Amino acid sequence: MLEIRNLTKRFGGLTAVDDISFRVAKGHIHAVIGPNGAGKTTLVNTISGVYRSDGGSVWLDGADITDTPTDQLVYRGICRTFQNLEICGGMTVLENVMLGFDRYLSKGLWPTLLRSRRLLEDERRYTERAMHLLGLIGIRDYAHQEARNLSYGILKKLEIVRALATGPELLLLDEPVAGLNPRETAEVAELIRTIVADEVTVILIEHDMRMVMDLSDRITVMHFGKKLAEGTPEEIRNDPEVIEAYLGGRR
Amino acid sequence: MRALARRWNLRPALGVTALILALVPWMLSNDFYYEIAILALFNAMIAVGLNLLMGYAGQISLAHGAFAGLGGYIAAILTGRYGLAPLFSIAVSLGIMALLAYGLARPILRLRGHYLAMATLGVGIIVSIILNNEEELTGGTDGMSVESFSLFGHTFTESWEWYLLAALHLLVLLWLAQNLIESPLGRILRSLHDSERAPASVGVNVARYKSLVFVISVVVAALAGSLYAFFSGFISPQEAGFNRSIELVVMVVLGGMGRLYGAVIGAVILTLLPQLLTSFEDYQTLIYGAIIIGVMIFMPKGIVSLFDRWRRRG
Ligand SMILES: Nc1ncnc2c1ncn2[C@@H]1O[C@H](COP(=O)(O)OP(=O)(O)OP(=O)(O)O)[C@@H](O)[C@H]1O
Ligand SMILES: [Mg+2]
Repeated sequence: MLEIRNLTKRFGGLTAVDDISFRVAKGHIHAVIGPNGAGKTTLVNTISGVYRSDGGSVWLDGADITDTPTDQLVYRGICRTFQNLEICGGMTVLENVMLGFDRYLSKGLWPTLLRSRRLLEDERRYTERAMHLLGLIGIRDYAHQEARNLSYGILKKLEIVRALATGPELLLLDEPVAGLNPRETAEVAELIRTIVADEVTVILIEHDMRMVMDLSDRITVMHFGKKLAEGTPEEIRNDPEVIEAYLGGRR
Repeated sequence: MRALARRWNLRPALGVTALILALVPWMLSNDFYYEIAILALFNAMIAVGLNLLMGYAGQISLAHGAFAGLGGYIAAILTGRYGLAPLFSIAVSLGIMALLAYGLARPILRLRGHYLAMATLGVGIIVSIILNNEEELTGGTDGMSVESFSLFGHTFTESWEWYLLAALHLLVLLWLAQNLIESPLGRILRSLHDSERAPASVGVNVARYKSLVFVISVVVAALAGSLYAFFSGFISPQEAGFNRSIELVVMVVLGGMGRLYGAVIGAVILTLLPQLLTSFEDYQTLIYGAIIIGVMIFMPKGIVSLFDRWRRRG
């Protein structure tokens, strides 16, 4: 489904993503792990068009999508979440999810100014869907509260819901459970499982090893911007180099 | 939609505003009072448009006085020099201002915060210089007189006619602005205020919507500026000056950023205040400044937030 070929991103003298290649199969959860500063977020940012790449390419179902702007990727079925939340704090939880449905809603100036019936009808329909999604992850009770007043855990979930609202085929999750307590982590893991069952492909950046080993079909390990290893959870767990660089260092 | 309506409750406010606007003429015992009321209405229009840009979408402009003034000049020149009908002049003026705003939007709105403020300030200064120096067309620093305003053969001479025209414009504008805010498009504008990455990540072309709201706010300013030029029969570069732009920003902030009726309240108060303070002569500016500072300290969310407290208690 997604293929990354020799992708490279430099910041001045630092090569944050160094010649990374891997393939993600449709319907898989593909994890990318690595120590702090390994370049995981930079990788996501380069794939999702936040940064311009300095080499290599990204392919979606055989089409070159290298350096496509973030907003256009959404229309090709790719959506991402942020390690450091990007939530509109001045809007309610429900409004944030509705923003996620944006691509399905009319923004024509005349229907808007004259309050066309279709516009109102769509708004009502998608509000119901938004409430349904919020119910799935158990934050429906907060729907009408301003996001800036809510806890980190709720906002973290909200970001995933907002991304889901875009109807993605490929979801890039950058540390979706960082900062969550064990119960919340389990809930998010469960949600990711449900998402994948609905035939969404997931690239999962995560430090929580239990979750990564539980969920992933394949794992790519990054270290200082380079790809250190790739394989199934079983292979990665037993790879001496990985243990040395990452797993070992953590335990 | 219900969620949006519940939050703002804007619909009754439009009716109340219409009622107030219908009752105010009973208090206007002479033409001078009318003049101030009409100025307040035009200011309110500009402030409502500027609020869409500043309060909702979070993009500051220190050039809206210049845009309003320039719109007025273009309409005045088209009628005075080229003999176009006032209505037609205004339409052409708005078209030109829309194109100008669109051309400026992309390069300027890439900037944020202080840099955006500086860039718009620069635009305002350039407009000011042009209006002052193109004496042939604009009459230079002395300003120029503007033909009287006629619509379908009827010439507007009475104060109450202007009041009615301005009030209807404001009400229609408020209705349209309210529809805009309570729509998917309005949701995009508000999202830009908090995070540009968030809307971009769900498929919003951020630059496009920033341009759109900029164009809308400039066209509204130019419309009010054009009508005001015809009303007062005279226009000078002062109306497009830096102080004017600042005054408009203060109206929005004082009334309440991102609150539709905040801009109206701010515009009305800031138009009336200088008139109420004339008896203090020397201290006028000082008191004016003190009031603004006081409001900002005690009501950081603007005067309109008073009504929120009311409603919550009630
Ligand atoms: N915008 C930037 N400009 C300059 N350097 C950057 C930028 N973003 C990241 N870096 C650097 O690139 C390297 C990789 O950072 P990145 O955030 O991608 O790591 P990460 O693997 O996501 O780490 P973490 O697990 O802490 O989130 C780091 O050395 C970081 O300092
Ligand atoms: Mg990271």
